[in-house]
Amino acid sequence: MEYGKEQKTTGSEFSNAITSRLGGETLTRCYQCGTCVSSCPVARLTDEFNPREIIKLSLLEESARVLSSDSIWLCCSCYSCQERCPQKVEIADVIYAIRNIAFEKGYIPNIYSEFASAILDDGRIVNISKFMEQKRSTIGLPPLTPTGVDALRKILSATGFDKLQKEVEEA
Amino acid sequence: MTSYALFLGCTIPARQPNYELSARKALTKLGIELVDLANMTCCAPPPIQSINLETSLSIAAYNICLAEEADLNMITLCTGCFESLAMANATLKENEELKGKVNKILSNAGKEFTGSKEVKHYLQVLMNDVGAKHIKQSISKTLSNLKVASFSGCHLLRPSELLKFDDPERPHIFDDLIEALGAKSVEYRNKLKCCGGLLRGYSDDLALNIAREKLVNTSRAGADCISTLCPFCFIALDIGQLQIKSKFQEEYNMPVLHYAELLSLALGIDPKELSLETHKIKVDKIIDKLS
Repeated sequence: MEYGKEQKTTGSEFSNAITSRLGGETLTRCYQCGTCVSSCPVARLTDEFNPREIIKLSLLEESARVLSSDSIWLCCSCYSCQERCPQKVEIADVIYAIRNIAFEKGYIPNIYSEFASAILDDGRIVNISKFMEQKRSTIGLPPLTPTGVDALRKILSATGFDKLQKEVEEA
Repeated sequence: MTSYALFLGCTIPARQPNYELSARKALTKLGIELVDLANMTCCAPPPIQSINLETSLSIAAYNICLAEEADLNMITLCTGCFESLAMANATLKENEELKGKVNKILSNAGKEFTGSKEVKHYLQVLMNDVGAKHIKQSISKTLSNLKVASFSGCHLLRPSELLKFDDPERPHIFDDLIEALGAKSVEYRNKLKCCGGLLRGYSDDLALNIAREKLVNTSRAGADCISTLCPFCFIALDIGQLQIKSKFQEEYNMPVLHYAELLSLALGIDPKELSLETHKIKVDKIIDKLS
């Protein structure tokens, strides 16, 4: 086999895509010590999630493997790793940046698609039932003020968030 | 009386009238006025951040703009809302370039983030505006028969660089405020570890396994109840106990009370006024221990 033929990419497109995004800037500081893994409440219960591995594979340009994996969605965003990283890699934020890329490439877990629909629908990610709205007055809570969903939709349209979701619905 | 713009969020009005009632009653009684502003939206928590960080930052900034326009600092009850909004506030105050970018997005909705206001979790307001000493003097029932396992949740403390709430490895503010009610705040194993709440809906098995560990450790420490500050931690640990019972055939029967509920009870507010029926794990044995 010709040298280098087995490599996934020749350059650093994937790691550049991560570091050039909000949240992903600190990816390349990682020296693979594993402090993140020993601080992680998820990694101690399952081998399916390992923050050090996600960073390693990203640095090795294994974009398809990272983006299609279940693993990137198993971070519980507790920031324990980020708090303790000796290299100040903003690990939880790097994982957000990777999820953002995954979302754009169409790797989207159903539950996230539901959250996106909900926020576009009425400005909240959890629906408030009629029952709960009526219950408020009987237990002495003030009526809910209207949400700023119209303003929110303008923001979501300006960032292209609404299109991301539309593509999901059409797919 | 100090006034704050109340940021209610989604989960509390949708699911936890017990939290909202107790927080409104207790804070008002302690001299904090809560102002309900129109046009707030979701705070853009981790699920929305996972989809797009730049959009999330803009949504958080939009909500802060409403408080800026009303010339009020913002108070949150939900720890998740606190994190989303306080992180955005700190980030945009520090980063002019990002602020410019976000303001360009916000201009479509007729808003401009200036960075003139603070976002505070209500625990911070209790600690700094009211003070543990004043709380101690205001209570009419003591919780001295109670051993409470405090669980602040991740997003009150981390990322500490931006939230600047308490020592992220050895926090004490929540415990101090529990002890101000006369209760004992008990130590337990892995106290600062996550409840797994954000994995619910994606990997329920993992989420329940993580929550179960919290129940094992607080039970072993002899706690009478767990006290929470976040509606997601509450769901993970309260409703979570029913799911853990059916999945693992293990019963913990550990009452979970928001700090605002413990505070309301200590302030002498009638338990009947607090919508305590919201709890899946009954809290009667906690009410019985009040003196």
